[in-house]
Amino acid sequence: MATIPNEELLKRIDEKFGEQVTLVGEPYGLLTVETSREQIIDLLTFLKTDGALRFIFLTDITGIHYPEQEKQIGIVYHLHSLTTNTRIRIKVFLVDGDVHIPTATVLWEGANWMERETYDFFGVIFDGHPDLRRILNVDDMTAFPMRKEFPLEDPNRVDKKDYFFGR
Amino acid sequence: MQNHPVYTDNDPQSELSTLNLGPTHPATHGVFQNVLQLDGERIVSGVSTIGYIHRAFEKIAEHRPFYQITPLTDRLNYCSSPINNMGWHMTVEKLLGITTPKRVDYLRVIVMELARIADHIVCNGVLGVDTGAFTGFLYMMEFREAIYEIYEEVCGSRLTTNIGRIGGFERNFNTIAFAKLRKFLVDFPKTLKEFESLFNRNRIFVDRTKDVAAVTAEDALAYSWTGPLLRAAGVDYDVRAMNPYSSYEDFEFEVPVGTNGDVYSRFLVRNEEMWQSLRLIEQALAKLEKEPSDIFHADVPEFYLPPKEEVYNNMEALIYHFKIVMGEIPTPNTEVYHSVEGANGELGFYLVNDGGRSPYRLHFRRPSFINYQMYAPMSRGMLLSDAIINMSSLNVIAGELDA
Repeated sequence: MATIPNEELLKRIDEKFGEQVTLVGEPYGLLTVETSREQIIDLLTFLKTDGALRFIFLTDITGIHYPEQEKQIGIVYHLHSLTTNTRIRIKVFLVDGDVHIPTATVLWEGANWMERETYDFFGVIFDGHPDLRRILNVDDMTAFPMRKEFPLEDPNRVDKKDYFFGR
Repeated sequence: MQNHPVYTDNDPQSELSTLNLGPTHPATHGVFQNVLQLDGERIVSGVSTIGYIHRAFEKIAEHRPFYQITPLTDRLNYCSSPINNMGWHMTVEKLLGITTPKRVDYLRVIVMELARIADHIVCNGVLGVDTGAFTGFLYMMEFREAIYEIYEEVCGSRLTTNIGRIGGFERNFNTIAFAKLRKFLVDFPKTLKEFESLFNRNRIFVDRTKDVAAVTAEDALAYSWTGPLLRAAGVDYDVRAMNPYSSYEDFEFEVPVGTNGDVYSRFLVRNEEMWQSLRLIEQALAKLEKEPSDIFHADVPEFYLPPKEEVYNNMEALIYHFKIVMGEIPTPNTEVYHSVEGANGELGFYLVNDGGRSPYRLHFRRPSFINYQMYAPMSRGMLLSDAIINMSSLNVIAGELDA
């Protein structure tokens, strides 16, 4: 089957979810939509089970942190429809301090470690996750190191400052 | 495989024993720890612990200009670093909208397929070692050395190659590189044939691998498996065929697919992929004949690091060198996802750029990380010795697992 054009895909989503899902853009042809945490599992389920779309493959789940935004923490899902060779990116933004989102392990078992990684680095709590523990960092770590406020190097060092290097 | 096992202390009444397999055990080929509960030799449950060599590459990448991220990608899957390097360069090229000349694409295909062969040589060779056959490994290892010598001619290094530049290669392939490549293409098929005849119908090997750790296509897809593992389970997903990059659409090759996803199928799929890689390299060499032989990079002075002689003797080159190294050149404020078919599966780069000198966020979709999570659930009910072979055939590379 041929690749689903982005307009058609967006139309299908729009028919079902209307205002709940908003278009972010199509950077490099990859349709990117944003939704809320209340809708995310419904949207993922629809994309996975719809007969014409069949986004059966979860490529990746990851996080991103924008400290200046009101909703600081973003969760990014990449899905792939293997039968039509179409990809889609879904974003959910959460307010810091209430970083709860339902788990996608109910749809894909493979989401388990991806969500553990996102929890480990961004502190996102995936409600209903079977085993939400740190995965790459040590268990007794208190910070979430991929957040922007976490320094790359020991802040007590005086010989090396990030501003010398432009960031 | 729904419920993931949770490690509990030994109940003194039970007959179960706890075994720490790893983190440094010679049979695990890397830093992998699995705490297994054993009933005799059978695994009742297991818990994987990973992260022993986590080096925070994603965090480091947020503080490095694009060129300094290439050496980080080397250290993901260090058995096939060139694929990672080029995957990263192609991601940046996609971000910047750079189109590379056909000759660059074909040279990249040659190096990437060599890397795939090198990776599969190690995986299949070691699978033989783990089933008790050392010979095949030694026969094949000679050719990994031959591949590393070709890398040396192309970029000067062997394992962590840091090969290429944004837009192409740092230098043209020399005649020695092509001579070594042609010698490899003559010698390697004989050994690969010999290797296959040593194993494919070897009764001991087949008994140890057939129907061991068989995975259905549904399970493989549910766990987001990619690469030879997914194809061995019967799903014909290959990024090279489905989303061609680096002009793979110009080539003719087959995507080998297995039937029942067991260790034996994975072995056969990897062997067949090596034959397909050889086919691709031969086609690429034939295509190179028709391309002008002095082109080895795209004409993008804003992003392609100029050669050192020119930096010292030419004002423009010095300016560009400075601007590239200091990150003075504006880049688009957008995001891009690009994936290549790594030796273990879909290696993806999710790059969010804010126009600065380094990525705002860079995430690696690492196939080893995602493939490995089924290991503990699928080990349940398996014999310990089968679990060892299963781990070899998953070909999990610790560097890529932990990033």
